[in-house]
Amino acid sequence: MIAIGSSAQLLSNSILLAMVAGIPLYGVIRKVNIFENFVLGAKDGLLLMLRIFPYLLAMIVAIGMFRASGAIDVMAQYIGPWLNKLGLPTPVLPLALLRPFSGSATNGMLAELAHTYGGNSYIAHLAGTIMGSTETTFYVVAVYFGAVSIRRTRHAIPAGLFADLVGVVAAVWICGRVFLHN
Amino acid sequence: MLSFIWLALVISSIAFGLYDGHITDVVNSVADSAKLSVQVAIGLTGIMAFWLGLMKIAEAGGLVNVLARLLRPVLVRLFPEVPADHPAMGAIVMNIAANMLGLGNAATPFGVRAMEQMQSLNQFPSAASNAMCTFLAINTSSVQLVPVTAIAFLAAAGATQPTAIIATSLFATTCSTIAGISAVKVLQRWSIFRIRGER
Repeated sequence: MIAIGSSAQLLSNSILLAMVAGIPLYGVIRKVNIFENFVLGAKDGLLLMLRIFPYLLAMIVAIGMFRASGAIDVMAQYIGPWLNKLGLPTPVLPLALLRPFSGSATNGMLAELAHTYGGNSYIAHLAGTIMGSTETTFYVVAVYFGAVSIRRTRHAIPAGLFADLVGVVAAVWICGRVFLHN
Repeated sequence: MLSFIWLALVISSIAFGLYDGHITDVVNSVADSAKLSVQVAIGLTGIMAFWLGLMKIAEAGGLVNVLARLLRPVLVRLFPEVPADHPAMGAIVMNIAANMLGLGNAATPFGVRAMEQMQSLNQFPSAASNAMCTFLAINTSSVQLVPVTAIAFLAAAGATQPTAIIATSLFATTCSTIAGISAVKVLQRWSIFRIRGER
């Protein structure tokens, strides 16, 4: 079964390589000066990062402080017992709460949960499903709005967080049915 | 919204840090995170520049427009504010396709390109347009078909059937994407989210 996991990885690697080679090849067929266009695009990328960086910095520092403060653990402690009754085990709660803020931190949490409770546990499967169905909303917002210097983000963040919440609820519901009551 | 969230994060960090005795960690995290943001940015720069280079070739060859034309029926419904033949559509398609395939590194530059194209249609450059918010909702709700990283973590921890989470993730991510798109379409009519122009 691990073979399928790595064949999924193989598939995405093949697609990636097909794009890396296929796009320049397509350009040549369409008589595009591929090197010149590539360099032009790459230059845009460099300038773009200068625009995105201040947004990224602001977000990463605020999120870093928030994580260091232990606020997530305090929140988990208070709302954990209620969510436990609804089917979200307490150990998964910090991952669900931190998910909109940090991809690397929640990836680490998933690895830790899978290690502690075992790869075959309900907790590991639920945590994996949550990771697969939600995104780091604040990071995406900082990068994309930073790229075009948007300051008024309007309803983008509430909608993104709502989508994350629905993703977690749906993950709990489906995992409870698939992995818990066989 | 960003100002509010930012301030709320900072103030609550200090409050919680004082409450549970983690204030030294909070202090240290300021410098650490600032350093981390540079590392993230540097890591992102190379891959971003590389994919935007490829994107430029795809654009110049007309590939992006071909893709956009194929998905036009869906896109015009999701992004009624963007003209069907606008280059923004091509960039949106490339971003969503890369996201579905789990090519996060490729998806971000395409997404940034889509944002720039949508900005060119935006009447109030400092405020997000409806099209941008819809695009962000799709991106923040995750549209990945196979959660490769999560499967790898489960497999590493000895799961006998780590790919079992493909089906459950697909179900949950479909729910979250529908929820995200529905939410933007409803919220964009609310008066507190109305576009206010800035000179």
